[in-house]
Amino acid sequence: MNIFNILKEVEKVDPEIFDRIDPRREVFKHFGGFGKKLAAAAIPIAFGSMLNKAYGQTAANPSVREVLEFALLLENLEYHFYLRAAATDIFPSAAGKTAFGVIRDHEKAHVDFLRAAISGMGGAAPTTYTDASFDWTANGLLGNATFTSYPTMLAVAQAFEDTGVRAYKGAAPALMSNDTVLQAALQIHSVEARHAAHLRRMRRDMTNGVAGLKPWITMKDRGGLPAEFQGIYDGEENTTQATVNITGTFGGITIDANAASEAFDEPLTVAQVNAIVMPFIA
Amino acid sequence: MAKNTNSVPEQGILQGLKNPLNRRSFLQYTGAGVAASALLLAGCDDDDDMTNTNMSGTVNLGSGDVGILNYAYALEQLEAAFYTAVVALPNFSTLFTSATERQVLTDIRNHEVAHREFFKAAITANAASQIIPSLTPNLPSSALASRASILATAKTFEDLGVAAYNGAGKLLTNSAFLSIAGKIVSVEARHAAEIRDMIENGTFASGAAGITAGNIVDANGLDVALTPAQVLAAAQPFIKETINASSLPTT
Repeated sequence: MNIFNILKEVEKVDPEIFDRIDPRREVFKHFGGFGKKLAAAAIPIAFGSMLNKAYGQTAANPSVREVLEFALLLENLEYHFYLRAAATDIFPSAAGKTAFGVIRDHEKAHVDFLRAAISGMGGAAPTTYTDASFDWTANGLLGNATFTSYPTMLAVAQAFEDTGVRAYKGAAPALMSNDTVLQAALQIHSVEARHAAHLRRMRRDMTNGVAGLKPWITMKDRGGLPAEFQGIYDGEENTTQATVNITGTFGGITIDANAASEAFDEPLTVAQVNAIVMPFIA
Repeated sequence: MAKNTNSVPEQGILQGLKNPLNRRSFLQYTGAGVAASALLLAGCDDDDDMTNTNMSGTVNLGSGDVGILNYAYALEQLEAAFYTAVVALPNFSTLFTSATERQVLTDIRNHEVAHREFFKAAITANAASQIIPSLTPNLPSSALASRASILATAKTFEDLGVAAYNGAGKLLTNSAFLSIAGKIVSVEARHAAEIRDMIENGTFASGAAGITAGNIVDANGLDVALTPAQVLAAAQPFIKETINASSLPTT
């Protein structure tokens, strides 16, 4: 069992868990009431200790292995999505289907790479996921449109890729103790960004496409995705980096807030990523 | 959903430069720099350990995390100079007849200027004596001659930028610097994908790497990562000053 499944179970008891585990709050001030709900639901005590671990993970430093397991979940979500998507017949052009095949193969390679990396660390085997691990309706939000509506399929793909970029970015500092793993994570991270750019291009260029959608993220614009996906973009509007204000005029070239926000992608925490992908977990 | 996603302590990057170890390093380098300058004035070309002079046409990036930041600053200067020149071409709109493509290139110019100015401000504010000077771009006219040559040069710069950050991440010791590098590298990767797609749609993450042997994404689904020495070997022809990376960390 991993943090993800734990949170999924807890969500059934406490729908506000993701608000509670905002890492910027003191999670333990919520812990009293939370424990009572768990007791009322007769959740085994052993589960509580795992929950404790889950809470601990929202603190500063998950282990390298925990980060890899977290990445493995995200890569499986993407791989199983593209496995189905690339097999559909709803692409208006061969180019789109080809692109999805390319991305599917990359996600499969990432899954295999991460499983090998986790196995190489010893201990328990990496978690295995199947298509049944995922809910392609996004907990009912998308109905059956995920693989029957081309615009919806592209929107979901963009959502996964932009989330993946932010997830790896947020995890990178936790991998600094292991140069090999850190570099590999960065090498996956930039591939996800390449995917994201292409998906955004596909959405711009499709029939009745999203006019003006760019390969990069402007402010916190969700680019026509459902409001439920806003969390993927919140925070991207940042225009100050390490106390440096990025806006200004330099040699006659004006960097406005839009350009300043586009020039830097922003990380997400594990808890934030979990909240985004939770509806897609069966 | 939490709105504040900036998990990087804003002061971290600055504190990293101010911490005692770095201050001690700084004093060392200042001392070495003075000594080396004296040697130069005496007609010797020994410029070891100089971090901020191009007296001899050589720019030493320096060592430690600041050296890596200077390395990134050098690459961002090169990219910004290139796209600034592209967008300023008198025939820009005849070379790029699509308004969408002109917007893409203008956006990328702005992003690279933003990156360059960020590094300039961040290094200057906290390690002013160690920042490298403004470099002189050496862009061959052929690189700006046609849509195809501009995009080919852009592809080299963007893929090289991605590979540079991917290879440099592990060389940093300060996690705040790593976070900043991570925020920039994915934007470079978005640029690289779009430029590649402008050359041939669908090549965003496939096909020959160009900047090294093999494909841009390998059989493990990994993007290219290159060492500073590898990156600078490719970038040096585009910079008039000689870049000395010999003091950069290697692990």
